[in-house]
Amino acid sequence: MSFMPVILWSDALVFLLIAVTGVAVWYVRRHEHLLLPWRRVTHNSLAMVSLLVLSLFLLVGLLDTLHFRSVLPQSNGGEKVYSPEVLSVFDKLVDPLRTHTEKTYSAPFALTLYARETRTDAQGNVLREFPRLQYGGAHLEDVSRRDADVVVRALIGAGLGLFVGLLSFYLTHRKLHCASGCDRAVSVVTMILTTLIGAIISLAAVYHVLGTDKVGQDVLYLSLKSIRTGLIIGTVTTLVTLPLALFLGVAAGYFRGWVDDAIQYIYTVLSSIPSVLLIAAAVLMMQVTIDTHPEWFATTASRADLRLVFLCLILGVTSWTGLCRLLRGETLKLREMEYIQAAQSFGVSGLRILTRHIMPNVMHIVLISLVMDFSALVLAEAVLSYVGVGVDPTMISFGTMINGARLEMGREPMVWWALASAFGFMLVLVLAANLFADAVRDAFDPRLNRTEVGV
Amino acid sequence: MIAYLFRRILYAVPILIGVNLLTFALFFVVNTPDDMARMQLGIKRVTPESISKWKQQHGYDKPLLINSTASGKDKLTDTIFWQKSASMFVFDFGYSDDGRSISREIVTRMGPSLSIALPTFFVGLLVYVSFALLMTLFRATVLDVAGVALCVVLMSISTLFYIIGGQFLVSKLWHLVPISGYAGGLDSFKFVVLPIVIGVMGGVGSSSRWYRTIFLEEIGKDYVRTARAKGLSELRVLFTHVLKNAMIPILTGVVVVIPLLFLGSLLTESFFGIPGLGSYTIDAINAQDFSIVRAMVFLGSVLYIVGLILTDLSYTVVDPRVRLA
Repeated sequence: MSFMPVILWSDALVFLLIAVTGVAVWYVRRHEHLLLPWRRVTHNSLAMVSLLVLSLFLLVGLLDTLHFRSVLPQSNGGEKVYSPEVLSVFDKLVDPLRTHTEKTYSAPFALTLYARETRTDAQGNVLREFPRLQYGGAHLEDVSRRDADVVVRALIGAGLGLFVGLLSFYLTHRKLHCASGCDRAVSVVTMILTTLIGAIISLAAVYHVLGTDKVGQDVLYLSLKSIRTGLIIGTVTTLVTLPLALFLGVAAGYFRGWVDDAIQYIYTVLSSIPSVLLIAAAVLMMQVTIDTHPEWFATTASRADLRLVFLCLILGVTSWTGLCRLLRGETLKLREMEYIQAAQSFGVSGLRILTRHIMPNVMHIVLISLVMDFSALVLAEAVLSYVGVGVDPTMISFGTMINGARLEMGREPMVWWALASAFGFMLVLVLAANLFADAVRDAFDPRLNRTEVGV
Repeated sequence: MIAYLFRRILYAVPILIGVNLLTFALFFVVNTPDDMARMQLGIKRVTPESISKWKQQHGYDKPLLINSTASGKDKLTDTIFWQKSASMFVFDFGYSDDGRSISREIVTRMGPSLSIALPTFFVGLLVYVSFALLMTLFRATVLDVAGVALCVVLMSISTLFYIIGGQFLVSKLWHLVPISGYAGGLDSFKFVVLPIVIGVMGGVGSSSRWYRTIFLEEIGKDYVRTARAKGLSELRVLFTHVLKNAMIPILTGVVVVIPLLFLGSLLTESFFGIPGLGSYTIDAINAQDFSIVRAMVFLGSVLYIVGLILTDLSYTVVDPRVRLA
C-alpha cells in the first residue's frame, strides 16, 4: 500500500456525526409525520438554493476529512517509511494549488511578485525589478497577452462547466426545460455554479486566481482548506451541546425538586461567566497542558487537530446553557399535559416517559437551535482566532487567514486579496447557513400555525 | 422590594462561589503552578530553582487547599485558594505578573471602556428599535422584505470585517479620523466616534430582526385591534401601544448587558488601541497573565448577576402588573 490512512480525532467525530445524521434521516424517512416539515423546507426555493451551496461546502469539507500519509520514495531497508505530512484526499485533488507556492505575496492573476527584488543580469548590471512568478502564468511568453489569455481560459472553462451542468440536468430530468417536479431557481443556480466552478478550475491550473499569501501559498487553496475548520467548529460542537442540553434540560423540567435546583445552579454558574472570558481561560489552560506534554502527538497535524477538538469541546460546554434553559421551560409545560399524566397513571417509568413522550416533542426546539447556532459558531471561530484563543496557528482557518492578512493592511500598494477571500468565503457560507436555518425554523416552529397540510 | 433585593443578593453568593471554584479548578488544578512557571519561563531553559523562584515571587509557593504545616486558622488561609481565589470576594485582585495592582488598573481603564461602550449601547438601541419599527410599519411590503434581507446579509458578515473595513475606508482612504489611539477629555471624540459607529453597525442585522419579530408578535394581539377600532393612526398604535408592550421582551435581553459594558469590548478596543478593560484582557490573554484573566472572569460574573437583578427591577418600571416580593 502506498499510503497509510490516518484518522485524526476530528475526523472520527465527523464520521460519528455522519453516522448519527444517517440514522436520523433513515428514521425520519420512515415516519410520515416527521417528514412533513421537511417537505415544507424542500418547497422553499431559497432554502434549497442555500442547501445546494451548503452541500458544495460540505463536499469540500468531507473530502478534506479523509486523511492519509503517503509513502516516502526512499525505503529504509525494505521497510516502508511514511511521510510525516498528513494529507487529505482534497489536497491530492488540488495538488497543483497546494504545491505551486511562490516566494511571497502576489496579486490575483499576477505574473510577477508583489515586491521588487535585486538581480544581476548577464552584463553584471544590478537591476531592481519585479521577478516573474515561478508558476503563476509561467506559460506566457509575452506578458502583454495575459488579459486575453485569462478571458479565453475563463470562457473555455465556463463553457465546459455549463455543458456539464446542462448534461447532468438532462440526465436527471430527461428534458431541457423545467416542468413539474423541478425547482427553477435551484436549476438556474446549479448552472451558474457549474459555470463558475468550470471557469475557476480552468484558470486555477495556470494562475493564482486569488493571489498568494506571505509565504507564497495560493489563497484559493487556503480558503478552500478553511472550509473544513469552519464546518467542524460549527458541527462537532453540537456533539457536546446536544446531549448536555437535552438530557439536563429535560431532566430538570420533568423531575423538578433537587434535580432541577442542581441543574439550574450548574447552568447559572456557567452562563454567568462572559463566554469569551470562559473560553479564553479554558483555552489558555489547554494550551499549557498541550505545551507541557509534547510527547502525546506524533505529528504537528495531530496536535493542531487535538486543539481544534478541544476548542469544539470548550465551545460546546459554554454554549449549551441557552438551549438547556429553553428545553427546561418546554418540559415544564409538557409535563402538565394530559397524555403525560395518562402515561404516569399507567405506571410508565420516568425514564421511559422522558424518552418516549417528552423528547420527541421538544425535538423541533433542538433542531431549530442547532441550525441557528451553526453560523454563529463559524463567525465566532474567526473572532476567537484573532483574540489568540482560537485554533492552532498552524491550522488553516478563516481566523488565521484574517489574522495573518490584517497586519499587511498598512502596506502600499495594499495586500487586500487574502482578507477579501477569507471574508468572501465566510460570507457565502454563513449567509447560506442563515437562510437555510430560517427556512427550517419557519417549517418546524409550531407557533406559526399553518392551515395547509403539506403536499 | 428591599426584601426581594436582599434575597436576590443572597442567591448570588452560591453562584459566585461556584464561579470561584470553577476558575480555581481551571487555573490551579488542571495545570499546577509548576506548569504555569514553566510556561512563563519558557520550556527550554527551565531549572527547578527558577521554577520555585518564580512561584515564590508570584505567591504560588503554597499548598492548594490545606496547609498542613501551618497552625490554627493559617491552615486554611495560608493557601493558594484562600489568597488568590477567595480574596476576590472582597474585590482584592492582587497583582499582575508585571507587579501592578490589578484593582487600580481596572479603575483607571474603566473610563475609556465606558466612553465607547455606553454610546454604542444607547445609539445602537435607538437605531435598532427605530429600524425594527419602520419594518413593522411597512410589514408585508417590498420595503419590509428588503429590510429583512438586508438584516440577514448584515448578520452574516463577520464583526472583524466591519472593523477592518471601517478602519480602511474612514481612516485610511478618507482620512476623517485617526486609525487608532485615545486621548482624555473632549479630544477623545475623534477617537471614539468610529468605534461607536462600527459597534452599532455590527449589531444592526441580528438586533433589528429580533425586535421586528417581537413587534410583529405584539401587533397580532387584541389590544392593537381595539386601538385601531378606536380610530388611532397606525403610527400612534405602533409608537405608544406596541412599543410599550414590547418593552418586557426587549428589556429581558438588553438590561442584562448594561453592567457588562464596564468590561468593554475585546475586539473594538484592541483594534482601535483604546486603553480600556477589553484591551487589558486581550493583552493578558496574549501574555498569558493568569491573574488578570482570573480577575476579569470573576468581575464579569459579578456584573452579569447585577444585570440579572437589574432586569427584574426594570420589569417593575415598565409593567405595573409585576410586583417583586
